[in-house]
Amino acid sequence: MTDFNLKKYAGQGQAVALFGTFLPDNIEKYPGVHVLSADMSAAASLSRYIYQNPDKYTEIGIAEQNLVGIASGMASEGFTPIAIAQAAFISMRAFEMNRQYLGYMKNKVILVGLNSGLYLQYFGNTHYCIEDIAILRSIPNMTILSPADAGEAVMALDAALQYDGPSYIRLTGGSQLRTVYNEHCNFAIGKDIVIREGSDICIFATGACVGISVEAANILSKKNGIEAKVVDVHTLKPFDTETVDQARGSLLFVTAEEHSIIGGLGSALSDYTSTKRGFPAIMKIGVQDTFSKPGNYDYLMQQHRLTPELIAEDIFNQIQTL
Amino acid sequence: MTIKKKTELENLSKDIRLDIIKTGYLAGIKGAHFGGCLSIVEILATLYSEFVHYNIKELEYRDRVVLSKGHAALALYCTLYEKGIITKEDLKTFEQDGSDFIAHSKRNIVKGQEFSGGSLSLGLSHAVGVAYACKLKGLANRIYVILGDGELNEGLIWESLMFASHHKLNNLTVIIDHNHLQADGTIEEVMDTAPLKKKLSSFGFDTQEADGHSVEELYLALSHPSDTQPSAIIAETIKGKGISFMEGKAKWHHGDLNELRYNKALKELEGKKYD
Repeated sequence: MTDFNLKKYAGQGQAVALFGTFLPDNIEKYPGVHVLSADMSAAASLSRYIYQNPDKYTEIGIAEQNLVGIASGMASEGFTPIAIAQAAFISMRAFEMNRQYLGYMKNKVILVGLNSGLYLQYFGNTHYCIEDIAILRSIPNMTILSPADAGEAVMALDAALQYDGPSYIRLTGGSQLRTVYNEHCNFAIGKDIVIREGSDICIFATGACVGISVEAANILSKKNGIEAKVVDVHTLKPFDTETVDQARGSLLFVTAEEHSIIGGLGSALSDYTSTKRGFPAIMKIGVQDTFSKPGNYDYLMQQHRLTPELIAEDIFNQIQTL
Repeated sequence: MTIKKKTELENLSKDIRLDIIKTGYLAGIKGAHFGGCLSIVEILATLYSEFVHYNIKELEYRDRVVLSKGHAALALYCTLYEKGIITKEDLKTFEQDGSDFIAHSKRNIVKGQEFSGGSLSLGLSHAVGVAYACKLKGLANRIYVILGDGELNEGLIWESLMFASHHKLNNLTVIIDHNHLQADGTIEEVMDTAPLKKKLSSFGFDTQEADGHSVEELYLALSHPSDTQPSAIIAETIKGKGISFMEGKAKWHHGDLNELRYNKALKELEGKKYD
């Protein structure tokens, strides 16, 4: 695993960090890489990469299914394609293609879903993505990465490039991401990172919700004297059950995701803990199986009670019922 | 084309048809996609005899043949068998439990199979990506894709054709098995794709038409791909060609042979001798 200093990515959005800075800076480390996007080069901050590596970029146009098919063909010929589109469309529009080309045929393609969760704000529900984790989890041989900040996104892309199989990287939070990893991130696919110790409850969070959960844990500690462990679940598949085992003593498990509570992190955790005795109940925080009233990111996160204050409040209230 | 060559290819076509019937019969009531397999026999015979370079020691330089019309895999297996790329033992495992040789093929390039087919239109998109990649790598090979005409209903077909034309993939030849039938009836009844030649031309493909059961016409069409654009050949064919009770029948899209029908089919095929 390569160890990068993540200082220069702190405070950046994930797409900007990955494609505006990291990839063009390090392209020689990854021979065979070829970036493809579905008319998303501007949205993904690819202009510098394209200017410097015009022979390593191909425009697909607004055709996400063909994006994955072309990537599949190129992967079978020895290239390492990075296929980029809006999360909603690369996961849903091209779902069957992801299953057949990547899962079944095992072509090594790295899918990148831009603006997953609620980040596309005023574009509305057609552009929100609250189901990518759910549907892609169901594909055998698929690896799903959901980095917490820009620095971890860099680690995730590096890991995906070195991993011998297909993967999906889910980007969230845009430029409003809280920085979780300031300099180093001990990233390994399938090994969650405990970023805050706490003996009372355990919060499993992913993507933009990781930084938010750390703040929620601080509020719980200060205001209510409740100590919450916070786990950065950066890999949704393969799911790290060891870290879950180590949190067994908690009063309560909480999951926090910018995703439906059906099929995402909460479900992945529940899939595991329901098969064994000795785990606490799970409180799933996220989009409660509903579409959203559109608005800006803060408005949306408030609507789904995904802010530090509301998470802390809801956890506190839940604990009273135990 | 010399008469000798024509006879060779017609005899090969007959042998492939016999293999299809015999292998399909072994599958018993599990049946096979006889109709769509029989319609592409001359296409496969001509391609694999005259155009496809495949050397197991130099696979990187091979011509790639993607059967996007995945349910015709049995025809592909029989052709690969006749060409010594798969063995008789392989062919005998057709439709057996756990076999790689079932109704739809599984990608295995050392056994001549480029793609895991079955979900229509996905083969074309993948093949266009392959053609694009081969061009980037500077290879001098050719990529052939076989499509069904019902398959043209799928939207991904048209996305892929647009990409191929936009990137001037002159190393790509798409062959359409225009047998005018799909599962629910004729293509004219279900989803009319006419005017097909106009559509393909307007999508930037240099398009030719050929009798899909004439090895000479196929040979001619395949010999003249465009230098500047991707090429398409609309091969006029008959679903179930070669077996009288299957020809032109939608219901033989997938069916099973009982002993009576099997013997009738064998008689019809073996009765034809090309000298």
